[in-house]
Amino acid sequence: MADTAEAETSELAYGPTDWDDHHHLPTNTGLTNEKVTMWAFLGSDCLLFGALISTYLLCRNRVGPATKGPTAADLFDIPFTSVSSFVLLMSSLTMVLAVTSIQRAEMEQCKLWLLTTAALGSIFIAGQVYEFTGFYREGLGFTTNISSSAFFTLTGFHGVHVSLGIVMLVTMWVLVTRGNLGPERAETIEIIGLYWHFVDIVWIVIFAVVYLIP
Amino acid sequence: MNTATVSEDEGHQEHSEHGLSDFGYIKIAVILAILTAVEVATYFFDFGVVEIPSLLILMVVKFQIVVSYFMHLKFDSKVFSYLFVTGLILAVLVFAAMGTSMAFWQNPSGCDASTFC
Repeated sequence: MADTAEAETSELAYGPTDWDDHHHLPTNTGLTNEKVTMWAFLGSDCLLFGALISTYLLCRNRVGPATKGPTAADLFDIPFTSVSSFVLLMSSLTMVLAVTSIQRAEMEQCKLWLLTTAALGSIFIAGQVYEFTGFYREGLGFTTNISSSAFFTLTGFHGVHVSLGIVMLVTMWVLVTRGNLGPERAETIEIIGLYWHFVDIVWIVIFAVVYLIP
Repeated sequence: MNTATVSEDEGHQEHSEHGLSDFGYIKIAVILAILTAVEVATYFFDFGVVEIPSLLILMVVKFQIVVSYFMHLKFDSKVFSYLFVTGLILAVLVFAAMGTSMAFWQNPSGCDASTFC
């Protein structure tokens, strides 16, 4: 009887789906399956980007015997890309603020930070489109040489990841605005945040290895 | 009702134990911004032989900070760390395997694979 009352009180306080590591979850690991799945996905995504970065490093200065044209490294605009990198880095801050906001049940703040993160991500993508357009005008297309193919594949895949992140952020904003996502499901925002931070750390590696290291 | 309120307070305390305060996250972001500025400075100034090692160290430090604090890996279950680090190790192995194959493998015509002929 006492147990039943305690369970009811617990459900009133946290809701049936609000669990964290301090509670025993009905899973084998004691962790939520959604979060474990996201971390497993991020671990596997490391392999994708590891392969793409490796390929670029091996091809960065090679144009091949039958092709010619500039390499991407010849056309880099480091000051411009630095600003883009800074924008993406700061979007990680706004993302984590969105997570802490929903955990405190500050829904208006959460919506604001979600939109800000999506906007910063959009600025980064706009910068990437501008950069790619500039490269194309300078004669560097996807098939110009091996170096350009490796560069566009790597940065393009990262851009697709960021774009998907923006779609997820806007979806979260819609759900929060409609009241379909409340503090009891804060972990959903946290999981989207993990994905967003991941695209940020991938760019940290790309920016250093591809753009800055000569 | 009172019990529920007390439980909510306890829940908030747990969240703060899980990570940093908002101000703490802002401090982390400022550190990341400073590290990025140092990185970019290597493009404008000649750092000589320490340029590449310092860029790699800065990259690893930034990576570690984002993963530990923004992604909460420092405060979360070790299971998540194992999953992520396994992926990272495999990615490094992929790089090592590709590097090794490109450096040592040659086709029968004598054309070095590294020239993509």
